[in-house]
Amino acid sequence: MSSACFRSARTEDNMDTEYFFRLFFSGLTRGSIYALLALGYTMVYGIIKLINFAHGEIYMIGAFIALIMSGVFSIMGMPTLAILVLASLVAVVYSSAYGYTVEKLAYKPLRRAPRLSVLIGAIGMSLFLQNYVLLSQTSNFLPFPAMLPTLPIPGPFRGLMNSSQLVIFITTAVVMVILTVLIKFTKMGKSMRATSQDRTMATLVGINVNRVISWTFIIGSFTAALGGILISSFIGQINFYIGFIAGIKAFVAAVLGGIGSVPGAVLGSLVLGMAEAYAAGYISSQYEDVFAFVILVFILIFKPSGLLGKPEVQKV
Amino acid sequence: MNFQEIKRTLGVALWFVFLTFPIMVIQVRQVDMTIDWRWENMIYVGVGTFVGGLLWRFALSRRKTPGKAIPKVVSEDEHVSLEAVAGTGASLKQRLAALWAFVTQQKFRRGIYIAFAVLLVVFPLVNSLYQTSIMTTALIYVMLALGLNIVIGLGGMLHLGYIAFFAVGAYTYGILNHFFGIGFWLALPLGAFFATVAGVLLALPVIRLRGDYLAIVTLGFAEIVRIVFNNWNSLTGGPQGIGGIPRPGLFGIEMNLSMATTYTYYIIVAAVALTIFVVWRFYNSRLGRALVAMGEDDIAAESMGIDITRIKVIAFALGSLWAGMGGVIFASRTTFINPASFTVWQSVIVLSCVVLGGMGSIPGVIVGALGLILIPEYLRAFSDYRMLMFGAILVTMMVFRPGGLIQKKRKAYTFPVEEERTS
Repeated sequence: MSSACFRSARTEDNMDTEYFFRLFFSGLTRGSIYALLALGYTMVYGIIKLINFAHGEIYMIGAFIALIMSGVFSIMGMPTLAILVLASLVAVVYSSAYGYTVEKLAYKPLRRAPRLSVLIGAIGMSLFLQNYVLLSQTSNFLPFPAMLPTLPIPGPFRGLMNSSQLVIFITTAVVMVILTVLIKFTKMGKSMRATSQDRTMATLVGINVNRVISWTFIIGSFTAALGGILISSFIGQINFYIGFIAGIKAFVAAVLGGIGSVPGAVLGSLVLGMAEAYAAGYISSQYEDVFAFVILVFILIFKPSGLLGKPEVQKV
Repeated sequence: MNFQEIKRTLGVALWFVFLTFPIMVIQVRQVDMTIDWRWENMIYVGVGTFVGGLLWRFALSRRKTPGKAIPKVVSEDEHVSLEAVAGTGASLKQRLAALWAFVTQQKFRRGIYIAFAVLLVVFPLVNSLYQTSIMTTALIYVMLALGLNIVIGLGGMLHLGYIAFFAVGAYTYGILNHFFGIGFWLALPLGAFFATVAGVLLALPVIRLRGDYLAIVTLGFAEIVRIVFNNWNSLTGGPQGIGGIPRPGLFGIEMNLSMATTYTYYIIVAAVALTIFVVWRFYNSRLGRALVAMGEDDIAAESMGIDITRIKVIAFALGSLWAGMGGVIFASRTTFINPASFTVWQSVIVLSCVVLGGMGSIPGVIVGALGLILIPEYLRAFSDYRMLMFGAILVTMMVFRPGGLIQKKRKAYTFPVEEERTS
């Protein structure tokens, strides 16, 4: 209440700055979610050079399973925090299983096929998963319960962001740190980096490439599902179609940061999230989705290797 | 197929039962907070994936080269006779292949084409209005698939924004008619023209892109076009779209619905015939062959002196032209257009037609489009599963038969000189 009184006393100029910062946090929220998704793209691309079109659907499936399980658990009469933890856990585990299965089913038989075939297969998988959820659940928008815990917001940011956004920032930051440690310091991370550098060489030094690829899909799906749960809880509704556009935008973010580079994916996502929030806030919110594609075209024309990526050398 | 494999397939089926459990079995009704347990779905999934898994394993073991299309090499003067396999101990597969080759050999081919043409012409005379209408839709898709086939089948570029040009064609007619009262016959070339211009506009920035990036940028382009049509209320009517678009006219003759439908049908038949003719001529032209070369290996093609930039722009322009024409016909058929008809998934449907039929093969693409559009119309019970099936078709075709049902045949030149030299 007090903050509302305080706000009304502000001058026009202050309102503008406040709007600016509110857009900043809204962009940061989007950016965080894109980052959780873009990681999966960039890791998969780094290792098998494939745009996993079905990645956005994994994000959607994660959100759907979280919704279903939270319904089941709340009917069973569990406390809110237990619902949140259990439903998210089930959703994340299931999404990883979906990611693993999609790879085994659609991409593994196409390991040595031409690019075009793999891409068409990926599009087909995306279409299949979308309609699988549509047919077995519903085509309507479903309300998603606000499950995220309420955190106290530090003083200066009060009124500029809400508690769900803070939860999203914290979760994303934690996931990024864990993932960096995983890739830099564990044996699995080392094998992943080796596989992405040269798959044949990795096989020669005794790395089980198939297992590395499976783990990449599992980790990517894990973070994607986390993103799906967070954003659905923040926005408050989901349907079977949320994954596709989010997936495409996350891919744009991954390209922007330099595809194949993990810090690049995070940076690209934040830049894209901010750009979208400001463009929607100051230019036009109707054309929100257009900006991402315009950015993509420009980045591909002027700096195809992205912000942090290495230029790709074309081999004959 | 031994016991071990059956056991493993059983494991896979159980895995899928586990995987589909939360989405297929549980449905939470949020209004009264009750759960629908749909246990029967568990059995369907289990049995379905077990049978499917066995078939998958069987097909995978028979697959020779993973995911690689092998274009058949044929010479024009092949002589096929059934006697060659008649008395011999040839297997059933060889016999069938020989029969197929016999039926489709050169001297019969013209007859088959004429039969098809006659069938198409008499179709509306012997069938109901509803059938004619469905057939018109299917033929529009044939036209789209033939156009997309130039970009994907020959050029090897995954174009996911094809429907945008269809939308440009449809909206050209809708807008020009709404504001200037322009009729169908003037809109037809204009729609084709604007779609071609849009195709060139898209081609220019994406020339340097390949594979995955190209797919995403074309998809993005289509989304941009759709969003613009959706939001530009004063010009396009926004999400409500444009209604009251007139059907094609014939020297000002008043037509009732049945006559107009039949007339539209004949227009699309003629348009498809024109498409087939031009596309066929293009395939066998210098440009067409250059495009095929580029699709197979662009670096090699460039070092053979093919201007990659030019050929890519031409491929996009020529592909878009048919989509634009198809769009005008579509608008005149439905008399109503809105942005919802031009989503990315429409592009994917056209892509499915091309992939199922056979990338790069004209008869293949025609069969694929007719099959994918007509079969769901007649199997109304399964129409909900249409998009699901399209997804499954794309994946399985890529794994098992990337060349499509009717694979493209590559022309080979025969050298009769060879025999003279040896004798």
